[in-house]
Amino acid sequence: MSDAISLVISGSWLSSFLGTNTWVVSSVAVATWETIYMVGIATLLSYVFGLPLGVVLVTTDRGHILENQAVNKILGGIVNAVRSIPFIIFLILIIPLTRIIVGTYIGTAASIVPLTLAAIPFVARLVETSFKEIEWGLIEAALSMGASPWQVICKVLLPEARPSVILGVAITTINLVGYSAMAGIVGGGGLGTLAYYHGYQRYEDVVMWPTVIVLIILVQGVQMLGDGLAARITDKRR
Amino acid sequence: MIEIKNLTKIYTTPTQEILALDDVSLRVEKGEIFGIIGLSGAGKSTLIRCINMLEKPTRGSILVGDREITALDKEDLRTARQKIGMIFQHFNLLSSRTVFENVMFPLEIARVPTNQAQRRVNELLELVGLEDRADSYPAQLSGGQKQRVGIARALANEPLLLLSDEATSALDPQTTRSILELLKDINRQLNLTILLITHDMNVIKEVCDRVAVIDDSRIVEVGDVLDIFANPKIPTTRSFISAVMNREVPEELLYRARTETSPNTTKLIRISFIGASAGEPVISNMVRKFDIDANILYGNVDRVKDTPFGNLTLEMIGEPDLIIQAMEYLHGRGLEIEVLNDV
Repeated sequence: MSDAISLVISGSWLSSFLGTNTWVVSSVAVATWETIYMVGIATLLSYVFGLPLGVVLVTTDRGHILENQAVNKILGGIVNAVRSIPFIIFLILIIPLTRIIVGTYIGTAASIVPLTLAAIPFVARLVETSFKEIEWGLIEAALSMGASPWQVICKVLLPEARPSVILGVAITTINLVGYSAMAGIVGGGGLGTLAYYHGYQRYEDVVMWPTVIVLIILVQGVQMLGDGLAARITDKRR
Repeated sequence: MIEIKNLTKIYTTPTQEILALDDVSLRVEKGEIFGIIGLSGAGKSTLIRCINMLEKPTRGSILVGDREITALDKEDLRTARQKIGMIFQHFNLLSSRTVFENVMFPLEIARVPTNQAQRRVNELLELVGLEDRADSYPAQLSGGQKQRVGIARALANEPLLLLSDEATSALDPQTTRSILELLKDINRQLNLTILLITHDMNVIKEVCDRVAVIDDSRIVEVGDVLDIFANPKIPTTRSFISAVMNREVPEELLYRARTETSPNTTKLIRISFIGASAGEPVISNMVRKFDIDANILYGNVDRVKDTPFGNLTLEMIGEPDLIIQAMEYLHGRGLEIEVLNDV
């Protein structure tokens, strides 16, 4: 990523634009790293919890291998409830919880808590959709060979859905980049905080534009990485 | 090998109950290829899926080998399923695995040690003629090759029984034939019992020893394939047979025989011959022996599984007594006779 930043800076229009404001470079670099750190950890954690939750949502559905209407309805309800709260409100709502977990609600580490908690239900639904694309015949074939539900999950659902799940990771990461900017407004650190304090409160275009450019590059990079990884798997199978 | 007793399956939807199988009883013997034929919606798919409990029967019992499959708990059912192979119309191969890994799949499920499993996979790929495609992915194979992988996979755990759910219905006629040949070979080599369902009488004709016709959730006719072809009892069966083998005399000929000739001096008969007698010159022998005329109106010869099978429609003209004697002679040669212009 530092390559991308130096590329942006070395552009001649940009150096004249920055003029004497070279402090911007180091601020943007630090904020970029904070964003990558927050989003990276939050994405990882949201999959640690969201992937199993998605598996449970799929497999407990009617007629599926672990059919359980009660579990399915309750989890589905919770997922929908969390997803219906706008992130900016959710962020404030769970401040007490964030304090318990991290000790503070300000800063990069603290932002990871709301980011992760908001992303878990989102991830669960994405995973659910990926798994539902798998033909039922494949599951049935595995069952006809005597597979246990666990074997169906590990040997059929997960490997078959892998390209689709990888694309889901890209979507989640990109969403979290956006969320992290919102978290930045209430002191979450990263590019959001930088843009808010310098760009919004002080009208410093000189900060605003590099921030936006870095965000665009980040999002493009994540999407390309996701597309590339998914294509590598599907091309091999094609 | 399989004993189905009073099997009933009712699907309950919020608005109605659908009877899919109505008191079905059937026996399949060890080592035979047994076919179940029916139109779509007749219940054949439900029936075959009850045998490995992919569908839970509403009532009735199914014995596979010496195990009552309908009475097993989950754990025992999984073990039992490992010994019942199944192949599917749409193959159901895992796109994430190579051919080799697909065949390996049931062995992983059964927790067969890797070395042993790999050896087994190689044997199976050789059996189905796909040694050179071991590292291909299913998407790179033709339909026939995919079904060969399906067959290899179904045989991996040395099953007692192979279930075939419309396995050739998505294949072209030539590929269908080669898959059916493979099933016949496997049946002979391994003495493996095969139960298949199909809507295509050709499949029954090519490979089955016995057949059951299912119509409107019930088994309406069961028997040896040759007997059923020679003497179908109900209209459903007849229409299935006429789809693959023309046994109907053209209407004009029947009309002429019925109106322009006397039923005493002219008999219109259909002879069905099966197996060795198809090669004997019975008709010319009969003509010489009884001094009657025989006019061949219509005929065809085909093969049912590996047995020659045919039918011939004759107009026999002569003294009534002689005609009756001639017919008795034909009957004595083991031919099935049906008089078409009896009043």
